Amino acid sequence: MTTTAPQTPAVFPAWFAARQHDAWERYLATPAPKRGDESWRFSNLKQLDFEGFSRNAGVSPASDLISRSTGLKKTAAKFIFSNDELVHSESSLPQGVICLPLAEALVSHGDLVAAHFMKQETRLGSAKFAAWHEASVSNGLFVHTGENAEIEGAIEVHHWISGANTVIFPHTLIITGKNSKVRVIDIFRSADDITPGLAIAFNDLSAGPNSQLDYIAIQALNEVTRIIHINETSTARDASAKGFILNIGASWARNECLSRLEGAGSRSDMLSVSVPAREQEYDQRTFQHHVSEGAYSDLLYKNSLYDNSRTIFSGLIFVDRDAHHTDAYQTCRNLLMSDTCEANSMPGLEINADQVKCSHGSTSSQIHDEEIFYLQARGIDPTSARQLIARGFSVEAVERLGDEATEEFVLGFIDDKFSHIASGGA
Amino acid sequence: MSLHIQDLHATLEDGTEILKGVTLDIPQGEVHAIMGPNGSGKSTLSKVIAGHEGYLVSGGTVTLDGGEIFDMSIDERSRAGIFLAFQYPSEVPGVSNANFIRAALQARLPKGGEIDAVTYYKNLYAKMDLLEMDRKFTARAVNEGFSGGEKKRNEILQMMMLEPKYCILDETDSGLDIDALKIVAKGVNAMRSPERGMLLITHYQRLLDYIKPDRVHVMAEGRIVRSGGPELALELEKHGYDFLKETALA
Repeated sequence: MTTTAPQTPAVFPAWFAARQHDAWERYLATPAPKRGDESWRFSNLKQLDFEGFSRNAGVSPASDLISRSTGLKKTAAKFIFSNDELVHSESSLPQGVICLPLAEALVSHGDLVAAHFMKQETRLGSAKFAAWHEASVSNGLFVHTGENAEIEGAIEVHHWISGANTVIFPHTLIITGKNSKVRVIDIFRSADDITPGLAIAFNDLSAGPNSQLDYIAIQALNEVTRIIHINETSTARDASAKGFILNIGASWARNECLSRLEGAGSRSDMLSVSVPAREQEYDQRTFQHHVSEGAYSDLLYKNSLYDNSRTIFSGLIFVDRDAHHTDAYQTCRNLLMSDTCEANSMPGLEINADQVKCSHGSTSSQIHDEEIFYLQARGIDPTSARQLIARGFSVEAVERLGDEATEEFVLGFIDDKFSHIASGGA
Repeated sequence: MSLHIQDLHATLEDGTEILKGVTLDIPQGEVHAIMGPNGSGKSTLSKVIAGHEGYLVSGGTVTLDGGEIFDMSIDERSRAGIFLAFQYPSEVPGVSNANFIRAALQARLPKGGEIDAVTYYKNLYAKMDLLEMDRKFTARAVNEGFSGGEKKRNEILQMMMLEPKYCILDETDSGLDIDALKIVAKGVNAMRSPERGMLLITHYQRLLDYIKPDRVHVMAEGRIVRSGGPELALELEKHGYDFLKETALA
């Protein structure tokens, strides 16, 4: 593990430097996950050896990364980071919306950042890595919509890793004001296919009253890179938060998603599609925390596993004592595309209130021969047939995004992965 | 030019023989019907021709315009011109009908070939109109949540889009009310052509009121036990299958 304390840039406010100092102490004091920890059950702890990784300035030419940062046809704003350094930005956001690189927001809107930055306790296993992130973070995206701001189009953020053994600490902090609406897409990619990297990413998503906050993370890193991605969402009264994670890249990815339904009548949709192949491992932990009454949460995770890949899903719906009239659902579905893949699922439920509607479940299945027969009988070869079915399996979660352009964009990554698998790669 | 079945024997994986020497010739331009009681092997015959892996061919041949089909995979047979309209079509969640049919058409193109989207949709909509299918079915997942009748119409839609040389319709009339049956029959009749052979598998004469066959065959206990003109179907309707069983045993 890294033992050198990161230096907070002098330009950042004192409170932030103090937070980073404390976080570093906490990072050093927090023991690493060990065998037997429930929150790391089934995990491959060998993946947590981050020795030798360090921060690097952008290694790849910025112009190259900018030209490769293709995304939606129309965006409200676009940011491109190379090893956490901003290399490009453009914006057509309305006045009143603050949308800045975090490094800039820390200087110009320090109080706003301080009010929302990493407020929740990281409780799904990665407290040590959250502390490492907090101690090291230097950039990312800060969005504060203000009230009644409906932002058309998405804010698109590209995070590139380049250079051998580079670690990045991207942070996404989004605060939607009352009656506002925003969609942010983070895309994590490696500058090349062969250089190992590491991302310790963190999101703070705070949906204000009656607002709508959609967050999409596309993890398309190279297959020698690892990522820990921690997502913490809170919803105020009548707010709606939607979080979607796509995993197609990385050798190992750990996602921890906590959604805290703090306001009555609020809603949280937690969605994920993963398509691991070869030796890839995706380890996902979720927590739907119903604090307030009359809130709704719905989780749908869909994994299509190829080759020797592994997935772990551990999810808990937790309904507090006063969270009456809760509706909470949790579904993890695994489509096993080989005989040697492994899907581990641990759905969970703890209800302490009355008059709640909750369900949780997990299934693992293979494609039925009759389905393949049907597609083949239409002239589609077996490989394409299986691919079409697996794609269709993923679509159910993608369609819940509810925005055609975003869905197409996400499906483009999924299609790339499937064609890579079909061509013998991963 | 025909789909020719010669002394075809097929068994289940456990060795139970279902087809016990079927011989049948379906020339281009003709519509043949196979009737017969439950368990006579009608659906098995259709699946064996399509290449279902749950059956083992233990003897005989099937040739398509002279070429042996048992050397071909399921998808190759389809691309070569055989179409099976399923009795129980599978659901394909998450795959829209339009994309599914497009994938099937794409599979017939040489590598790198592209389907022109405008022409494709124009063609698709024309066929859907003929089958009185709402346009919303293009975006719906294949057969998911479809009623029995909608599934059968969707099979005919696929058949019309793929324009096969030989169509095998496995109990396409089952589960259809009379109005749906007329629509499906309209689609099938629109497909009749001097370049296309058809095999209708059915329990009932009713379908043949709307699709007039050139020949009718009766199947019992894994064999064709009688063949004749369209009047044979009426005879069966009148007397039932029992007298034919006797013929089979004789």
